[in-house]
This record gives sequence, structure tokens and C-alpha cells, in this order.
Amino acid sequence: MKTIIVVGNGMVGYKFCEKLVSREEGKQFKLLVFGEEPRAAYDRVHLSEYFENQDAKALELAPLTWYAENNIDLIVNERVTDIHRSKKSITTASDQEFFYDHLVLATGSVPFVPPINGVEKEGVFVYRTIEDLESMLSYAEKIKKENKIGKAAILGGGLLGLEAGKAVMDMGLEPHVVEYAPKLMPRQLDSRSSNVLKLTLESTGMNIHLGKATNKILGNGSITGLDFGEDDMLNVDMLVISAGIRPRDELGKTCNLEMGVRGGIVVDDKMRTSDPNIYAIGEVALYNQMIYGLVAPGYEMAEVAVNQILQKEVLMQQHIDMSTKLKLIGVDVASFGIPYMPADKGLSIIYENKTKGVYKRINVSHDGKTLLGGIMVGDAEDYSILHQMYLNNIPLPENAEELIVGARGEGGSPFGSAMDLPDDAVICSCEAVTKGAICCSVLEDGNETVKAVAKATKATSGCGGCKPMVADLVKESLKTLGKTVKERICEHFDFSRQELFDIVKLRGIKDYYELLDAVGTGHGCEVCKPTIAAIFASLHNETANRQETIQDTNDRFLANIQRNGTYSVVPRVAGGEITPKQLIAIGSIAQKFDLYTKITGGQRIDMFGAKLHELPLIWEALIKEGFETGQAYGKSLRTVKSCVGSTWCRYGMDESVSFAVEIENRYKGIRSPHKFKGGVSGCIRECAEARGKDFGFIAVEGGWNVYVGGNGGASPKHAELLAEKVDKATAIKYVDRFIMYYIKTAQPLQRTAPWLEKLEGGITYLQNVVINDSLGIADELDQEMQALVDSYKCEWKEAVETPEIRERYTHFVNSDETDSNIEFVALREQKMPKEWA
Amino acid sequence: MISSLKTYETVTTEKVKVWFKAAPTSRFPKNGGACIKYKDKQIAVFNFAREGRWYACQNLCPHKMEMVLSRGIIGEENMEPKVACPLHKNTFSLKNGNHLNGDLEAIATYPVKVEDDIVYVGFSE
Ligand SMILES: Cc1cc2nc3c(=O)[nH]c(=O)nc-3n(C[C@H](O)[C@H](O)[C@H](O)COP(=O)(O)OP(=O)(O)OC[C@H]3O[C@@H](n4cnc5c(N)ncnc54)[C@H](O)[C@@H]3O)c2cc1C
Ligand code: SF4
Ligand code: SF4
Repeated sequence: MKTIIVVGNGMVGYKFCEKLVSREEGKQFKLLVFGEEPRAAYDRVHLSEYFENQDAKALELAPLTWYAENNIDLIVNERVTDIHRSKKSITTASDQEFFYDHLVLATGSVPFVPPINGVEKEGVFVYRTIEDLESMLSYAEKIKKENKIGKAAILGGGLLGLEAGKAVMDMGLEPHVVEYAPKLMPRQLDSRSSNVLKLTLESTGMNIHLGKATNKILGNGSITGLDFGEDDMLNVDMLVISAGIRPRDELGKTCNLEMGVRGGIVVDDKMRTSDPNIYAIGEVALYNQMIYGLVAPGYEMAEVAVNQILQKEVLMQQHIDMSTKLKLIGVDVASFGIPYMPADKGLSIIYENKTKGVYKRINVSHDGKTLLGGIMVGDAEDYSILHQMYLNNIPLPENAEELIVGARGEGGSPFGSAMDLPDDAVICSCEAVTKGAICCSVLEDGNETVKAVAKATKATSGCGGCKPMVADLVKESLKTLGKTVKERICEHFDFSRQELFDIVKLRGIKDYYELLDAVGTGHGCEVCKPTIAAIFASLHNETANRQETIQDTNDRFLANIQRNGTYSVVPRVAGGEITPKQLIAIGSIAQKFDLYTKITGGQRIDMFGAKLHELPLIWEALIKEGFETGQAYGKSLRTVKSCVGSTWCRYGMDESVSFAVEIENRYKGIRSPHKFKGGVSGCIRECAEARGKDFGFIAVEGGWNVYVGGNGGASPKHAELLAEKVDKATAIKYVDRFIMYYIKTAQPLQRTAPWLEKLEGGITYLQNVVINDSLGIADELDQEMQALVDSYKCEWKEAVETPEIRERYTHFVNSDETDSNIEFVALREQKMPKEWA
Repeated sequence: MISSLKTYETVTTEKVKVWFKAAPTSRFPKNGGACIKYKDKQIAVFNFAREGRWYACQNLCPHKMEMVLSRGIIGEENMEPKVACPLHKNTFSLKNGNHLNGDLEAIATYPVKVEDDIVYVGFSE
């Protein structure tokens, strides 16, 4: 039996094993694998997830039993130290010798640590292995113990650097990304997109320093700061170096394989090194004079090497795709093909929207026919399809700009459908799964869900970037079989939310289990219970107190659960108008119960850190002072934000505060598919940001403009104009109908902005329904809204006054003790939850 | 983190040494849960009235280490009874504690019996 030795059990080394043993001919080899790390191969791409749960098992590519089942001898914690090419053997750190017929080097790379004075100091880390993360975590703990707001710098503003920045931020440190180049992700972004990204990241709390050369790492033993020269310094308690990678090519060097000038073991398109019995794959291999720091090319190299050893003529492609989509940092960033280039190579179309933090650029050939590459920041929804168009040389539509700014006029996507791609288009590049394979898995193998297709084909199991496309393909393939993907809320109800809404209404059902027995199956779950609870609330204005066990925890206890299992308390302050007396009352109640207080973006006051048993006591006190629940916990109206308007402001065209108070009191207590917010501005200067809300009114010459479907948050969107210059009563009527229509037809947890976006015909259709009554339902909507307005009651008052409901507010049912797991630490003269140690 | 996970170990009916008298059945909402204290442990007890069964498990969610599972919504997936953590909707089997929608460590489960409208939870120590 011939022996293959694989040096390195990283992502690519593992993939080589997986591919070899999946082939029948592969069984004739004995496979011996050495790994220097103390554990079997794991998913380095998703390494940052380790910070979330510190669960190394979750990252494992295959359990140890898998190696045993496939007759692979895996020796971990053992470094290979020498190759003896003449004898065809290797020796290991513990001085054992093993003989091979084929040797595969998959030793990967190490982070490049620039020779800066002081890099050896304590508190300086690299970001590559689980062990690196463990030491970062324990160091961060140490910092936090000594000093509440520790700072961490990341050296390098590339792809990995930004990911590391997010990771240290999640660890509770103040992140500072330091980049030598004048822009972020210099290889992938042009300066304008880097600016957009920088602004967005800064708004999330990441500090970014560009054009800084770090001269020296300061500190006595452990790091205290970075010195950029000329008296420019940054104090930090920790540093993560992410300045690129260097191939781990020392084995190649010492046995005189052909090497690149700047490192890397040279391979040909068969993945063979200068010794035909030795292959190199992954980040150690120098192919076409390049090291490829991504998994997809590494996996392809593994495929080529397996075929070569099995004597099949499969070769590495000439051109390697380096397109990337950033994960985990909370902002969409993607680049593909040639991201930026001088004008003589092609033409660029650029779309930039500074208010939304969106930048898109595509580069097209001079004849306007082919897509050469592009950049997307802030909105990479169309990345997969653009990437596919680029990879497959799909001819561009006549107006190529529609690819990034959307088609003008109604309907019709400029892309056509994912189904238009050729069958051999690679959809999942990590696992090299083609469109043909995905569709075939649906059409011929009967896999009907994304999950099943993923299991059968492995698509989406790498970086996951291809998920939306796979979902589209599955859906479209099912359609060709005459099956539609029925929207059902979960396994217990074969209905969409809208259908359930109608059923509940028509049959007058008021009880969850009655509905389940009538039209559902089984005992329900965490998806259908709260969805149906919201339907009951929207139809009957039932408070969350009656069927408390089908409510999400926030509704069940009428408060927002926070990080450490405590709750926050928010009384309603309609329109943001509050008397001095009420302010004092809130202040003294917060002081009495030792709550952390903060003014919210919705112009009211949030009190944090209440334990479960304190909630009724706090509310009793608030209600005594005339407050009502602010329902900050519910999928319901939050606040109607207002500017001071003509009452005080010299620009004001009308009284925005009075209107906001009136409208907030009108809609308070109404439950909906998701939370919704309003705003009222006294003039077009828009100080109340009404167009960033689900509904908004702006006073103009001759009346009010009414806007709907706006959104702040993660995907900001300006509201669209529903009606112009109408009087107050009409404005309210239109918004009544809009909200009611949304409540009846939206999906669970769908905000008004995406709802409006999905509504066929968009705002024009909505205007027809709401203003021209095209569906003939306006009267019904009006009545339903009025019924909700008339039946409002404060659910906290109900809870405080009803002994059976009050009884729910204890942590233990067999003890008056409180949860000893909850601990607080001091924060700027208030308190905050203690991190779990 | 690990140390606190270790304090919760599944107890099977055969291993019960103490049937701890927890509280009257009326303190546990139908088809919902409540938390009880036994020594230094927090245990979530669920009155799964639809099935006519009772379940108990650790109150600690192994994901973010918060004492919250008793406040979760219960239900079933392919007739496997489960509880969903109220914080991030991780779901755990009430039968064997397995994490159903991911790869977290299984949670510890405990046997429950009801006699004369009193709920007892079984412990091995
Ligand atoms: C935080 C992070 C995020 C990333 N995100 C992405 C991403 O989103 N997309 C993407 O495409 N790529 C990403 N990457 C890059 C990706 O992880 C690498 O491309 C991939 O791991 C390369 O695989 P490899 O097998 O070549 O190297 P490795 O995974 O590094 O494996 C090499 C292994 O060989 C061992 N070894 C080395 N020398 C010896 C020896 N002499 N004897 C025995 N064992 C030895 C090493 O200890 C190591 O375990 C990311 C990397 C990191 C660190
Ligand atoms: S929106 Fe107009 S009226 Fe309101 S505060 Fe601003 S400037 Fe004044
Ligand atoms: S499941 Fe759980 S406790 Fe729990 S934090 Fe998450 S998510 Fe949590």
C-alpha cells in the first residue's frame, strides 16, 4: 500500500483528506496526517465566532471519529521538522521518521509581524488560532479588571483587521484600527468606498486611524500605547497585529525546493513543487507568483492535488477569483473582480449615497458589454448576482447603471433571475457547487428546502455568502415542478400570517390552543405562539397579561429583558413632552430602586437594571405619578418624536408637539407585526427626523405632508410621500388606514419599510388603497382602527392591580431570594451589568 | 464558565436520592414555566399541560450564561418537547437537554413528579 503524508491539518489539509477518501480509488492509499496545533482541523474562517461561545467543538470541521472511520492516522500536536527527499521520508519534532510515496505540504501561513520596536511586549497578539483567541480573551479580562474602559488597537485595516476590530469591540474594549495606507482594505476598496465604510464603522463605535506608521510600541513590560512619531501617540492596553500573512514555507526552504523570492513554495498547475513527489496546497503554495489568502482557492488546490495523485488530469485554473464579501462586522462590504482601475482599462459607474452610507461601483469594459469588477459598501444585497455575472461573463443590460441603482419604472429586476445563469456557474465557490448541482438536487433528488440542499451538496457550508442565491434557486426550481414554496409560519400552522389573521378574525377565535386545535397541529412553538399572540392583540386589543405563556419574554413580563436577565422600564412620554414634576418623579423612583437611567432616541427615559420582583413595585410608583406603560417592550407603537414646532421655533409652520402628543395617544397600545414609530416636524428642516420613521408628518405651507415606510436602524430608509398638504384630520385618517392595512397584511416581524418595498405596486398602490379606496376596504379599516383606539388600557395598571398577575413577578416560586447571578459594576456614577467571568 | 456548567448534571429517575418539594402546581402557569431554587441551583420547571407532562432543566442558558430558561416559551418540534431561550431563541430538548438548533452543550434535565398538587423535582444530592 502506498503512503500519502499530509503536513498540516488546517482547512486545506483537511479538505484534501475529505476529497481523497470520498473517491473510491483513494482507498488504496494509507493516509498519515500531522498537525502542529493541539486539535484537529477547524473552521478558521469563522474563528471570530469563538468569542461568542468559546465552543471549539462548534468550529471543528470533522470530529476525531471521522478520521478513524476513514482510516486516516491523524497525529496532532506534532510538528514536522525535516524532509529527506532522497529517502522520501520526514522527521518530526519528537524525532520519529516516517516514509512517504507522496508528500502534501499544507502548512498554511502565519501572521506577518512587522519588526517594530517593542512587538515582544505583553499584550501584543496575532489573530490566527483558537489559542490566540484564548490568550486575547484572558488578557482582555485582565484589562477590564484593572480599568473599566480598556482600549485595544488593531494594526492593519484590511479584511481581517476589521474583523478583529469588531471582535475586540464585542469583548468590551474600545477598538482602534490603525492602518498605514490612507484607506481601509487597500486591496479591495477605492478611496471613496473606504470613506463611506469608515464613516459607517465610526458610527458603530470603531475608531479608525489612517495613514499612520507605527514606529514603536510603548510600555514597560506590557504595552501601554503606540508611537506614530512626531509626538503623535495612541494609548492602548492591547494590540492585535493583522498586517498580512507569510507562508509557512520553512520545510521547503531547508530541503531546497524551489521558492519564491518573497517566500512561498513554488507550484505548477498540477500543484507539484519542484520535486514531483511533493505537492504544496493552500496558503503555503505560490501559484502564478501569488499566495492566495482565501479558502476557496485552497480547496481547489486540494481538488487538483487529489486528482493528480489519482492520476487524473485535472489542472488548476489560470485565473483565480479573489472576490470577497466581508462577514461579521455589521456593515456590508464586498468587492469582486477588478475592484478599481485606471480609465484606460474600462469605465466605472459609481453610485454614492452619503446619507445612507451606501457606495457601489461597477467597472465595465469600454464596449459596455462585460462586467470587470466592482465594490459595494453599505448594501451588498446584489453581490452574489453581480459576482456571478462577472464570473460567467453574462452580457450586461443596455443601461448598466441599473445594476447598481435599480431599474427605473416599475417592477422588473435588471438582473433577470438566478435561473438565467448557465448550469456550470459556480454558485458556492467555497465548495465549488454549481447551479446545475443545486437545481438537480431539488429536481431529481427531491430536496425541497435550502437546509436539505445544503446537506446534500455542501453549498453554503463555507463562508455562507451564497445563501441568498441558493435560496432563490431552490425556490425557482420548486416552481418549475409546479410546487410553490408556501409561506407557512412554522411546522404547526400551514398558513401565512395574513391567512391566520383572517381565520382568527372570521371565526372570532380568542384563545391560542383553540386556534391550534382548529387549524393547526401539535403543541406549538416559539415561532407561532408570539406571532398569534400579536394577532390576538391587533384584533381584540388583548393585553399580553391574559395568555402570558404564548408571549415573548418581553411581553410576558411587560419589560425589556437585558443582557444580564434584568429588565428595563420605560414610561410613556407622549411627543417627548414632560413636566418638571414628572421629571422629578422619574428621578426619585429611579434613585430609590437604584436604576441606571438614559434618555432614549425616542425622547423618553429608559431605566435599566430592574430585577423581576421589582417591576410591579416600580410601576406602582410610576402609575401613582400619572405615568402609563410606554410599551418599549412590545411589537407596538414606540414613540412619536417631535420638534418644538411653532410653539417655540421661529421657523415652525405649525404646532408639531400638540400633533405628536395627540397621535401618540391615539396609537398607543396597538400591537403590530413589528414595532413602529412616528415623527412630527414643524417645517421642512425636519428636526424630528419624521422621514426616518414608519409614519411622519411635516408641516408645510398649506397643511401637512404625510410620509410612510421610513426606517432608521440597521437598514435606514427614508419614508415615502403618501399625501401632500392635507389637513390634520385627513392626515390622521390616511395614517390610520395605512397602519391597519400593514397590521393585516405584513409578515411576522416585518417592519413597514420592507413591507412597503415588497408590496406590489409600491407607494402608488398604497395611495390607491388608502386615499382612493381601490379595494373598498377603507371603511372597514377605519372602524377597526377606531375600535383599537377606543379599547386601549394600560397593561401595567392591569398587572399591578391584579394579584394573580402580580404573583408572576418573582424569580423563584419557592423562595423570596432574588437571582444571585445578577451582578453590577460601577459606570460613570451609575451601574452596568457585570460581564460574566 | 465551565465551572458553572458543571454544577448542572442530568439526573435520571433511577439516580434520584432526594425528591425536593418545590411548590404547589398552581405556581406554574399552564404550558409555561417558573424557576425554583434548590441549594445553590436554579431549576426551570415546566408545566407542559398540552402533553400532560412536567419537565425540569437547568435555568442557565449555556449560550450567554444567563439564568433565563424558565421564562422561555415551550413547545415542540417533531413532537420533541422543547424550550426556547428568551434571549436568542436557542432551543433545547426538554427530554434530554440537547441543543436542537445548534451545537451548544446539552443542558441538564431533572425528573419531576406531582403528588397531591405539589411539584417535586428529583436530585441526586
Ligand atoms: C480570523 C480569520 C478570518 C478569515 N476569514 C476568511 C474569509 O472570510 N474567507 C476566506 O476565504 N478566508 C478567510 N480566512 C483565511 C482562511 O482561514 C485561510 O485561507 C485558510 O485557513 C488556509 O488554509 P490552510 O490549510 O492553507 O492553512 P491553515 O488553516 O493555517 O492550516 C495550516 C496548518 O498547518 C499546521 N502546520 C504548519 N506547519 C506545520 C508543520 N511543520 N508540521 C505540522 N503542522 C504544521 C498549522 O499549525 C496549521 O494548523 C480567514 C482567516 C482568519 C485567521
Ligand atoms: S423642524 Fe422646523 S419647526 Fe421644527 S424645530 Fe426644526 S426648524 Fe423648527
Ligand atoms: S440562548 Fe440563550 S441564554 Fe440564552 S443567551 Fe442565548 S441565547 Fe442566551
